[in-house]
Amino acid sequence: MANTSSFSSSPSTKFSFDEKPHVLAVDDNLIDRKVIERLFINSTCKVTTAENGKRALEYLGLADGQHPNHNDLKVNLIITDYSMPGMTGYELLKRIKESPTMKEIPVVVVSSENIPTRINQCMQGGAQEFLLKPLQLSDATKLRCHIKKPLQGGFAGEDDHA
Amino acid sequence: MDSVVLLQRQLVDYTAQLFNEGFLDDQFNQLQQLQDESNPDFVVEVVTLFFEDSERLLNELAKALEQQSIDYRKIDAHVHQLKGSSSSIGAQRVQKVCIAFRNYCEERNIEGCQKCLQQVKNEYSLVKTKLETLFKLEQQVLAAGGSIPWPM
Repeated sequence: MANTSSFSSSPSTKFSFDEKPHVLAVDDNLIDRKVIERLFINSTCKVTTAENGKRALEYLGLADGQHPNHNDLKVNLIITDYSMPGMTGYELLKRIKESPTMKEIPVVVVSSENIPTRINQCMQGGAQEFLLKPLQLSDATKLRCHIKKPLQGGFAGEDDHA
Repeated sequence: MDSVVLLQRQLVDYTAQLFNEGFLDDQFNQLQQLQDESNPDFVVEVVTLFFEDSERLLNELAKALEQQSIDYRKIDAHVHQLKGSSSSIGAQRVQKVCIAFRNYCEERNIEGCQKCLQQVKNEYSLVKTKLETLFKLEQQVLAAGGSIPWPM
């Protein structure tokens, strides 16, 4: 079965579009994308998934040759797998942190492997957190609380102002 | 006794057996918790994706191990994928074989890899049959007008 779309976004149901935090989930594994998407939708977030780092950068307007003119793009959290073909989650993290427009977005790295040097590398690189797979509902709930806080770059939460 | 209760008991017992025998682990419970009225088929959908993806990977692995010159990195990449997805749905025995499989890849041990491929095919086949049975039992409970008593 081929997943032909590069990104897929979930439809909002109960709340208006702008109120829900927007999570960008990057993972090359189809099953993991589906599970992460459901984890965050159940934590009342809007979710966009990308199958690799290159697609994620394109979505964020950070790919080579792109002009970062996505003033209306609101991403409140990026969650990325570490081991991906082409560009690792760490490399994606670095690219995001180098961007003047996107560097404030918290980036969480997830991995199935508990490797201290890898964890250190990501934390040094500016990751918000490093979590082990498989992710659980409690992880999503915890992360959801983090992104409730007002961030630069415009997340207007239900209670606070950007 | 009420047929719904009997069917539910059957389902609960069968599920417990799968956990006891190590076919499933807690991650499967996590998936069940993600299912609700707005997404009533989530578990079946994810597991179906797992079946399709695993079959693709097992085919790729068989092909890769038949080559004249074995590409261990490619094999490892496939096994890594299979390990990831089996872990994500809680298919514990499949995941465990994948861990051993990756070790043999690292050692470039062709016999070890071939043995693991056979093992992982067996474990996959077993868990597939068991999950299909589980879903059938769930359908029977629902058809009889009962509800699925998760978590079990």
